[in-house]
Amino acid sequence: MSDLTDLTIAEASKALSSKEISSLELTQAHLEAIGSANTALNAFVLTADEQAIEMAKASDARLTKGEGGVLEGIPIGVKDLFCTRGVRTTACSNILDGFTPTYESRVTANLWDAGAVMLGKLSCDEFAMGSSTETSCFGPCINPWRRSGTADKLVPGGSSGGSSTAVAARLCLAATATDTGGSIRQPAALTGTVGLKPTYGRCSRWGIVAFASSLDQAGPITRSVTDAAIMLSAMAGYDRRDTTSVDLPVPDYCAGLDEGIKGLKVGIPAEYRVEGMGAEVDALWQQGIEWAKQAGAEIREVSLPHTKYALPAYYIVAPAEASSNLARYDGVRYGLRVPGSDVIEMYQNTRAAGFGSEVKRRVLIGTYVLSAGYYDAYYLKAQKVRALIKRDFDRAFEDVDVLLTPTTPSPAFALGEKSGDPVEMYLNDILTVTVNMAGLPAVSIPAGLSGEGTPLGLQLIANAFDETTLLRAARALEEAAGPQPAPENWWSTTP
Amino acid sequence: MPNDARTSHLIEGDTGSWEIVIGLEVHAQVVSKSKLFSGASTEFGGSPNAQVSLVDAAMPGMLPVINRECVEQAVRTGLGLNAQINLVSVFDRKNYFYPDLPQGYQISQFTKPIVGEGEIVLDMGEEGEVSVGIERLHLEQDAGKSLHDQHPDHSYVDLNRSGIALMEIVSKPDLRSAEQAKVYVAKLRTILRYLGTCDGNMEEGSLRADVNVSVRKPGDELGTRCEIKNVNSIRFIGEAVDYEAARQVEILEDGGEIIQETRLFDPDAGETRSMRSKEEAHDYRYFPDPDLLPLELSQDDVERIKAELPELPDARKARFMRELALEHDVAERLVADRDVAEYFEALARGRDANLAANWITGELFGALNKLDLTIDRSPVDANQLGALLDLMDDGAVSGRTAKDVFETMLATGQPAGEIVAAQGLEQVSDTGAIEQVVDEVIAANPDQVEQVKSKPKTLGWFVGQVMQKTGGKANPQTVNDILRRKLEIGDDQDQDS
Amino acid sequence: MKVDRATVQHIARLARITVSDDEAARFEGELSGIIEWVEQLEEVDTDGVEPMTRVVEMAMTQRDDEVNDGGIADDIVANAPEKADHFFVVPKVVE
Ligand SMILES: [Mg+2]
Ligand SMILES: [Zn+2]
Repeated sequence: MSDLTDLTIAEASKALSSKEISSLELTQAHLEAIGSANTALNAFVLTADEQAIEMAKASDARLTKGEGGVLEGIPIGVKDLFCTRGVRTTACSNILDGFTPTYESRVTANLWDAGAVMLGKLSCDEFAMGSSTETSCFGPCINPWRRSGTADKLVPGGSSGGSSTAVAARLCLAATATDTGGSIRQPAALTGTVGLKPTYGRCSRWGIVAFASSLDQAGPITRSVTDAAIMLSAMAGYDRRDTTSVDLPVPDYCAGLDEGIKGLKVGIPAEYRVEGMGAEVDALWQQGIEWAKQAGAEIREVSLPHTKYALPAYYIVAPAEASSNLARYDGVRYGLRVPGSDVIEMYQNTRAAGFGSEVKRRVLIGTYVLSAGYYDAYYLKAQKVRALIKRDFDRAFEDVDVLLTPTTPSPAFALGEKSGDPVEMYLNDILTVTVNMAGLPAVSIPAGLSGEGTPLGLQLIANAFDETTLLRAARALEEAAGPQPAPENWWSTTP
Repeated sequence: MPNDARTSHLIEGDTGSWEIVIGLEVHAQVVSKSKLFSGASTEFGGSPNAQVSLVDAAMPGMLPVINRECVEQAVRTGLGLNAQINLVSVFDRKNYFYPDLPQGYQISQFTKPIVGEGEIVLDMGEEGEVSVGIERLHLEQDAGKSLHDQHPDHSYVDLNRSGIALMEIVSKPDLRSAEQAKVYVAKLRTILRYLGTCDGNMEEGSLRADVNVSVRKPGDELGTRCEIKNVNSIRFIGEAVDYEAARQVEILEDGGEIIQETRLFDPDAGETRSMRSKEEAHDYRYFPDPDLLPLELSQDDVERIKAELPELPDARKARFMRELALEHDVAERLVADRDVAEYFEALARGRDANLAANWITGELFGALNKLDLTIDRSPVDANQLGALLDLMDDGAVSGRTAKDVFETMLATGQPAGEIVAAQGLEQVSDTGAIEQVVDEVIAANPDQVEQVKSKPKTLGWFVGQVMQKTGGKANPQTVNDILRRKLEIGDDQDQDS
Repeated sequence: MKVDRATVQHIARLARITVSDDEAARFEGELSGIIEWVEQLEEVDTDGVEPMTRVVEMAMTQRDDEVNDGGIADDIVANAPEKADHFFVVPKVVE
C-alpha cells in the first residue's frame, strides 16, 4: 500500500470497499498530515478532528455492511465559505468572527450524504475576494510548490488557495471550492491540481457565503479529472431553496470519461493570447493543442471578440453585487460588533474593523457604481457587455464542442509581489473570468511545469450544462500530459 | 364632473387661493400564510423572532424563494384596480442600513413592477365622482420591528414581520382634499377586503399610508412636496393633510420655501414634524436582485385569476340599486364593507330588500356601534335577524315589538321566536277581541267620535287608546280597519303617498 | 472618472464603513485607477443590446404558500453579539 495521503479518491474508494484500508486510518493519516503541515502552509483555518473521527467510524460501519455513497469514507476539506452546522464558518473575515452556523450548506450536505468525511475548514481570500489567498484574516496560505532552488514563499492562487494547497500538499483527497472569477481554476493551475467550475446553476448556492450572486459557483479541487467527476456527481443537484439552481438530472460524470476525444471539435480562441502572457504559457498552450490533435480532436480557430472586456465588466458586476451581499454584516445578528455611540456609528466601526482592505475596496467600488447617476454608465453597461460575451460563446459553441486556453497568464507569484496594485492582481483572472460572466463550465488541469519549476494549467471550457464533454476532454488531455510531478515535501514538521 | 370636485377645495390665503395636491403610497400587507420569500408564518403577534426563518434573518448564504400566492394576490389586486398586469416584472434590491432590515436591502420592485396603471373611482356624494389614477403596484418585503421603550439606551429588534409580503400601491397626485384622501383610502381598503388580498386592519399595521402633500396656485406647476410617513388611520390621514397643507400655505405666504422632506404625523398634537433620522439624503442603489430571476406570468394565469375575481363594490352597488331598488346612498353604505354587503344579501334573500337595508343601517349599526363590534362579530347574525323580520311579515309581531325583541336578542342571543313566545308578545289579530275593545273605546269617548268625523286624522288617537288597552299586542292594521268601519271613515287619501 | 476624496467619504458613508483620512487618501488613488480602467467599456457598442438579466435561460421557481419554517428563535439569535430574551439588542435607534 502506497502512502495513504497519496491516494486519489478513485484509488482510496477501491481500497476502502475491499477493506484494504479503513476510513479511520485514512482520516487519521490526513489529520496527522495537516498537523505537521499547517504551520508552514496555513491551509486549514480549523480542523474538526473529533467530528472527522466520528464520521470516519460511521463510514467504516456502513462500509462493513457493504453500504455507502460514492464518497464513503473519503476525507475532504471544505472552503471556509461553506456554512457547516456547528463548525465555525468565517469566509476568512474578521467580521464573521466566531460565527457558528446552525445549518449546513446544500453542497456540503450532499457530500456528507455521499459518505465524505470532513477534516476541517480551508483558508481563502476574505469573502473569496482575491487571487492569492493573501487577504484571509488567518494570514496568507503558502503554495507547497517553490521555485526551483529557492525557498521563497509563493501564493497558492485564490481565492480557493487553502483548497488548492491542501489538495496539492496531500492534506486531503479533495476539497470544495468556489469560483466567482476564476477562484477554483486559477489556484488549481498554480498548485498543479484539477479545478472544476461547473455551469452556473449546477450546484446549489444555498448556505455558501455569497460574494457575487450571479457569478458564484461551487466546484471541487482534486488531484485527477476522475476525482473531479466523482466529486461533482455528489455536489451537484437541484435545490428548491436556490431559485437560480437548475432542475436538470445530474448525469453520471464518471460514465464515458475515458472514451477519448476522437472527432471532438476543439476551439482555440485567438483573443486569449493576451498581453503579458509569458512565452512558456504560450508554448504550453501549443503543447495542449498538439495533445488534443494527437488524441484525434479537430482543432478550429474561433473568435470571442469581447474577451478583453470581460475583466473590466466583471469588476463592475462583482463588486456591485458584493457591496449589497455584504450589507448584512452589520454587527446586529452575528459576528463582530464594535460598539459606537449610536447604531450608525456601531455599523461603521464594526464594518471598518471587520473588513480587510480588499473587501473595503470592492464594497466601495460596488457602492460607487450603483450610486445615483452612475447605474446606467457602469452596472447597466457592464450587464450589456456581459450579454455580448455570452453571445460570443453561444456562437463559438455552434462550431465547437470545447474551447482550449491556458488557465493563467503566468505561474505562481511570490507573496506580496502583486498586492501593491489592485488592477495588476485582478489581471490574474483575465483568462478565467469570461466563463463566469457567461455562466459556463470550465476546468483547469495541470499540464507541466514552468521554467521556474512551478505548475502551469490548461483550461477547457464547454457549453452550459455539458460537464460531461468537458470532463471527457479534460481526461483525454490529462492522459496525454502524462503523470504530473508532486511538490517536494518541505513543509512537514515531522519527518 | 371630476374637475368640479377638485376645484371646490381651495384654501383661501392672503395672497389668493391655494390648491392642495395629494398623492398616496399605501402599503398593504398581502394575505398569505407564509412570507414573500420564506416559509415562516405571517401570523400577527408571535413571540420575538419565533416567526423568522434563516432567510428572514439574513444568515450568510441564505436565498429567497418567492411565494406563488403572494404573486397571485398582487395580480388579483391589480385586476381589481382595473390595472395593467405586467407579464414580466423584476425584483430589485433597495439598499439601506437599518437594524430591522437584516439583509441591508429590501427586496422590492423598482423599474418593472408587477402591476402598472389603474384607476379607482371615488363616490364623493354631493360632489359626484372623482377618478384617481393608480400609478403602479409592486411587491416588496416588510421590515422587522424595533422596540425603543424596553430599555433606556438600547433598542430591541424582532424580525417576525421581516419578509412579510407588502403591496405598495402608489396613486397619481390626483387627490385635492383631505376628504378625498380619506375616501380614497377607505375605498382602496374596501376593494382589498373584497378581493381578500389584504385584511385592511390598520391597527395591526396591515394597511399604512405615506401621504405626499404639496400646495400650488391653481393652474401652476406642482409644488414641492413633503412625505408624511406611515399614517395608520383614515382619520389621521385627513388631519395630516389639513395640517400639512395649512403649514405649507403659511410658509409660502410668508415668502418662504418648502423643503422636500419626510415628516411624521403626531396624532396627539395633531401636527406633522420633520423626521431628523430620515433627513440624510438617501441613495438606495437599486439594482436587480441577482438571487431572483425575472418574474414571469402567463396570460392564462392572469385570465384564470380574473375569472375567479369576486364582485367588487362598484358592481355590487349598481346591482343593489338595479335589482333590489335600493337608493344610491343606502347601497353605497351597504357595499362599503364586504361583510356588511354579505350580511345584507343574506338578510334580503326572499325578503323586502328595503326593510332589510333599513334594519341594518338603523337598528343593527346602532347596536354594533354601541357594542363597538364589527358586523362579522355581530351577536345577531343574518339568519337570526331574518327570523325576526319574518315574524313581522307574518304579522306575528308589530314593528315596535320587533325592536324590543331585537334588543333582547342582542342581550341574550335567544332566537326571536322564543323571545316572542316566552314573553307573550304575539300580536292579537283576533277580530272579535279587538272589536270588543274598540266598542268600549267608542262608547267611552263620544266627544272624540264627534270630532273624528270631521277630522279623520284624529283616528290615530283611537288607535293609540286601543293599543294601550291591549298592551300593545293588537295588530295595528286590524285595529285601524275596524275603527274605520265602525266610525264610518273612508281610506285616508294620503295614506299611500 | 476620478474618484475624489469627498466622493470616497460619501460612498464610505453610504456603505457604513468608517474610513480614516489615510485610508481615504489611498482609496482615492486606487478607486480612481480601477474606475478609469473599467471605463474602457465605453468602447463597446451596446446599442440595442439587452442587459443580461439571468445567467441561465429558465423560469423562476415558485414556492407554495405553506408555513414550513420559523419556530427556531433559539437558532436565530444563537450568534447574536447582544440579545435579550429572543430579541436582538442594538444601541438605541433615534427615529
Ligand atoms: Mg415608498
Ligand atoms: Zn414601499
